[in-house]
Amino acid sequence: MKKNKLQILTNGIIKENPVLVLVLGTCPTLAISTQAINGIGMGACVIVVLTCSNIIISALKRIIPDTVRIPCYITVIATFVTIVQLVLKAYAPSLDKALGVYIPLIVVNCIILGRAEAFANKNSVIDSALDGIGMGLGYTLTATVMACIRELLGSGTLFGAPVTANLFSPFTILIMAPGGFFVFGCLIALVNRITKGKVKDKRANKCIGCPGAEFCSDVNKEGGCDNK
Amino acid sequence: MADKHTNLIVSSAPHVCNPADTATIMRDVVIALIPALAVAIYVFGFRALLMTAVCAAACVFFEWAVRKIMGRENTIGDWSAVVTGVILAFNLPVNMPIWMAVIGCFIAIVVVKQIFGGLGQNFANPAIVGRIALFIGFATPMTTWAVTEKMSQAIINNAGVDAVTGATPLAMLNAGAAELPSNLEMFLGTINGSMGEISACALLIGGIYLVVRKVISPAIPVSFIATVAVLAAVMGYDPIFQVCAGGVMLGAIFMATDYVTSPITTKGRIIFGIGCGIFTMLIRAFASYPEGVSFAILLMNILTPHIDSITRSKLNGVPKKGGAEK
Repeated sequence: MKKNKLQILTNGIIKENPVLVLVLGTCPTLAISTQAINGIGMGACVIVVLTCSNIIISALKRIIPDTVRIPCYITVIATFVTIVQLVLKAYAPSLDKALGVYIPLIVVNCIILGRAEAFANKNSVIDSALDGIGMGLGYTLTATVMACIRELLGSGTLFGAPVTANLFSPFTILIMAPGGFFVFGCLIALVNRITKGKVKDKRANKCIGCPGAEFCSDVNKEGGCDNK
Repeated sequence: MADKHTNLIVSSAPHVCNPADTATIMRDVVIALIPALAVAIYVFGFRALLMTAVCAAACVFFEWAVRKIMGRENTIGDWSAVVTGVILAFNLPVNMPIWMAVIGCFIAIVVVKQIFGGLGQNFANPAIVGRIALFIGFATPMTTWAVTEKMSQAIINNAGVDAVTGATPLAMLNAGAAELPSNLEMFLGTINGSMGEISACALLIGGIYLVVRKVISPAIPVSFIATVAVLAAVMGYDPIFQVCAGGVMLGAIFMATDYVTSPITTKGRIIFGIGCGIFTMLIRAFASYPEGVSFAILLMNILTPHIDSITRSKLNGVPKKGGAEK
């Protein structure tokens, strides 16, 4: 299944949005999307880490032995996460403080490992870089939209500037965990409506139970893939 | 010839019919809530009636609107939205802004009830979740209690001479107030708190009506209230005060007994009631909130499917283990 370059880039934005369609990286998204600025900051970190790790992993895919690929991926990802965190600490300490533990946790973020395993592992360096940027943009967009909704309704501000905060008391539950899940669910419903649930239908064959089924290119083949 | 035998038509079982349906049951619940509403209007004034009416109307409207949008059949005729609205209103302070109450109704009906599939499919009691969402989301208005002249002297004294707001008895106890309302005042309801929670007496009258009409089984309320009383005594509180204070009566009689979110068997219901009582007293005694009835009921709502599966009644003639299971 060959895709052109533009498709690879735009795939991550809605059609295979990593958070809302693949449902990867839910925990950091819910945790940081309390303020719009955090969504953008976290998104930028994810774009950098995802693109760089996709490039390196794609370039090394013939050297890395299959049996130890996950530790190798983690090492590559952890390297970039460390770089990003040190840069943040030096130049944007307030953002580093706001995102807290979720920056080092990008190492185990399912989106990055998932894309390494499902895409960079099988595709060329350029395609992998485009996929990293596209998926990263999808993540950024989702986290920012979620954060805007939650910040506006939950604290009455937008990017830290008061919007409705002085007009009526904000509904603070939205910036807590239950509100996060609620907004998350609403956005998933919205994306399902836009894509008419096409992505979900793919799972209706032999790949049921495989967490990668939703974005796996082998999913429509007879008998699925050989990753049992 | 044919019409002569119309009463001989053989239908499938069950053959014994009872005219009760959802609407008649829910109407009975509304009737049972009237005494508590009367006390609320007496203590807090006209605004209590207004709040209750607005909540009931908002719930019915949301039920109608969301069913319409989702393309499902209209169910406002079963009165369940009215019950949710009235019970939610009873859980709110009387001077809560109206628009906040309407948000609570939205959460109760749309988020908790209709998104999960409507009456019978909701995993938790809609009114409870509506109340908890408001309590967490609008903490200040949800814990600002107006003081009126009809209230007991202890409340008015604690609120101070010119104050218009005062604490509930449980908040007073939590803060270590010297003078608490007497148990008689607690029972009759001339105290401060959420609109429908204040009068244990009026809620009991409603509860007895429901039990007599066989709308609810006494298993949950009795085990809930008894557990609260026993634990209060063990922990060194006044049991009567603890039972009459806060939402125990309203919760035990009207919210914990919700058919959809409570166990089916009597044994399960007793476990459910005891669990509610334990969580309530644990939250009251050890957590930072003065009141824990709604959280207790929500927790037990979530455990209900598990309680149901461990208390499933055994069929006669079925081997004890294995065999007939599959």
